[in-house]
Amino acid sequence: MKARVFVTLKPGVLDPQGKAIHHALEGLGFGGVEDVRAGKLIELDLAEGTSDDEIAEMCRKLLANTVIENFRIEKMATA
Amino acid sequence: MKSAVLVFPGSNCDRDLAVAIEAVTGRAPAMVWHRESELPEGTGLVAIPGGFSYGDYLRSGAMAARSPIMRSVADAAGKGVPVLGVCNGFQVLTEAGLLPGALMRNAGLHFVCRPVGLKVENSQSIFTSAYSPGEEVTFPVAHHDGNYQADAETLDRLEGEGRIAFRYTGEVNGSARNVAGILNGAGNVLGMMPHPERALEPAHGNTDGRRLFEGLLEAVA
Repeated sequence: MKARVFVTLKPGVLDPQGKAIHHALEGLGFGGVEDVRAGKLIELDLAEGTSDDEIAEMCRKLLANTVIENFRIEKMATA
Repeated sequence: MKSAVLVFPGSNCDRDLAVAIEAVTGRAPAMVWHRESELPEGTGLVAIPGGFSYGDYLRSGAMAARSPIMRSVADAAGKGVPVLGVCNGFQVLTEAGLLPGALMRNAGLHFVCRPVGLKVENSQSIFTSAYSPGEEVTFPVAHHDGNYQADAETLDRLEGEGRIAFRYTGEVNGSARNVAGILNGAGNVLGMMPHPERALEPAHGNTDGRRLFEGLLEAVA
């Protein structure tokens, strides 16, 4: 079983990296970019039967810093 | 005083801190590897050094905060043992939940490496008792992730309870309310981005950092 964890900065938290990416895109001539926020994608390869609660606990304890970050879990269909 | 300096893979200020502590206390600290599960018995000061523990993987300080030795550090902190975290050590303390808030990428995105002015906001703590109230001192900083952030309620509480130990006198890294160093509620845990151990000898350019260690020695001895 695989799960993807998306870790993103909470709304309102300043994202200097996103701002720098935004400026670079503008520098390349892309004019239609309103805002950029950078985050992380973490892919987990999990034993069958790992519960949603366990994955959420992994996020709260390590994968995300909930002071500044939100997380979203996306379980991927097994092939 | 028996002291301990933690060492993580990627720490690079551990020896600087050890030299500072030995210079002031006259006793070399134990260097404690992150895989250890217990601090040496009778440890009266724990110092968490600067550097790039675990290559700053995931987030600065995130992996170090979950290493085996940190459980023993949390126990010691809970019993009132002084814990000083400098630079990456501050990041480790916030990641471990021993101090509130988080340290994010510098607002200007640049690694900042220079001496900065600091105002001593609280000169009553065990770490800052050798400074005068409101005194301005100069310590070097050297960090990429020193932008202190916390919600307004937390910042208000830190200010109201006198838990902001040091503030930058000018803009350095985007930190909320120019916070450079904070204390825990009990006052025995200090995390700060500037490096007092790099302002110890005249050859360092100034000796403002020495009094932090001298004051601490006097306060706990």
